[in-house]
Amino acid sequence: MQDENFSLFDRQVNVPIEDKILKVKDLTRMAKEILEQSFPSVIVEGEISNFKRHMPSGHLYFTLKDDEAQIRVVMWRSDAVRLKFGISDGMKVLVKGRVSLYEPRGDFQLYAANITPAGQGALQLAFEQLKKKLEEEGLFSEEHKKPIPVFPRRIGVVTSLEGAAVRDIISIINRRFPAVELVIYPVKVQGEGAAEEIARAIDDFNRGPIVDVLIVGRGGGSLEDLWAFNEEIVARSIFNSNVPVISAVGHQVDFTIADFVADVRAATPSAAAELVVPDRSEFLEGLQTSIGKMSKAVERATDQLTLELDKLMHHYALRQPVSLVEQKLQFVDDLSRRVQTSAEHFLDSNDQKIKSIHSHLNALSPNGILRRGYAFVESSGEVVTSVMKVEIGQSASIHLHDGILDTQITGKHEQKH
Amino acid sequence: MSKNTKTKEAVSFEVSLKRLEEIVDTLEAGNAPLDESIKLYEEGMTLAKSCMMQLNEAKLKLKKIQRATGGAIEENDLEL
Repeated sequence: MQDENFSLFDRQVNVPIEDKILKVKDLTRMAKEILEQSFPSVIVEGEISNFKRHMPSGHLYFTLKDDEAQIRVVMWRSDAVRLKFGISDGMKVLVKGRVSLYEPRGDFQLYAANITPAGQGALQLAFEQLKKKLEEEGLFSEEHKKPIPVFPRRIGVVTSLEGAAVRDIISIINRRFPAVELVIYPVKVQGEGAAEEIARAIDDFNRGPIVDVLIVGRGGGSLEDLWAFNEEIVARSIFNSNVPVISAVGHQVDFTIADFVADVRAATPSAAAELVVPDRSEFLEGLQTSIGKMSKAVERATDQLTLELDKLMHHYALRQPVSLVEQKLQFVDDLSRRVQTSAEHFLDSNDQKIKSIHSHLNALSPNGILRRGYAFVESSGEVVTSVMKVEIGQSASIHLHDGILDTQITGKHEQKH
Repeated sequence: MSKNTKTKEAVSFEVSLKRLEEIVDTLEAGNAPLDESIKLYEEGMTLAKSCMMQLNEAKLKLKKIQRATGGAIEENDLEL
């Protein structure tokens, strides 16, 4: 009876819905239409459970639940690839999407277009996740950090040609230590494809143009602007680089993933430029200090020699063949000339020590000795080194520091040894 | 080719300073005879002078890397 009635009603087109006999397919179709029209876009807060990424399709499936209810959620691969962070069970999220019904199973479902972590930004979460992952892999560990050369000759720079970063780097290096070559590899530093370009530039520097050190960075910006420097592909390239890398992402306080992997982190591109080359004035000062130390040491050595020669002159000068003393004096004279030549360019710099050595050596030179009251005798164009070398009546010249006395030998007294 | 020369020069600041340091240490130890000391002094002064000159005469060189259409890496002078 009932069955008959139903079949009877079914054949009638204009009967009200509550009296109509429906096929399952019809009901689900109608419900689906109503759901889609009523909830074309909603944001739902809940906790993720039963999360599955279907392979190879790449679609995401999970249940979104709170204490009292749950709903199935699907996210198609095309939307899922845009997620910056990784989904996992227990995560509190906001799911934005449309509501529909999956007819084969009659499941009421949420089709997610985007998912954001509840309570914090998606990028922030992605950052934390990647940081944790790479840290566990050891990419940040000290043992992998390479030293930065003290005097790099070629410095590679991976950044945009637009923007202040590249100009700051150029002007600071130009001021601090221009004896270098800056090799700039222009890349996109934000937006689609930026991370890939940065990574490729770092890789290229490791197989093509030889540089001693790399600066990788950009000026400051929002977390989104800086995002390329938080991408895994950039972190991997920095880690794999044989050339030491200085990260220079212009954000004073916040760290990027690149900062953690880099051999040295500079807070800004300017700071990287300051760090990568020595300071000109410090460098020159260092040289002056070395010159001062050398001069002082040589001065000490000449002091010593002055004392020794003085002794020699006082005790033995009249007994020793003059030529021997002269030889020593000649030697000192020669040293003095050499010191003066070496120091010539520095005398202007008012280096008292160099002047002092020079005067010490001068005091030891033959002229200096003569000034102190010694004399030498010359006859027939030769220095008279022994009383045996001259005859009575022979003329001779006595050399003093300021001139020559002409004389004649009137007698000889040989000294007994 | 020019790259190799550059790399050689790159070492030279470092090597010069290292040698200079050695000379200063030897001279300060005071064990060398005077003529040896003067020789070291001359060498040190020459090194210091050449470092100063290199730095004072240096001009920053700017280069730019580009990928050619074939994918080859090209390095050219950069004009800003």
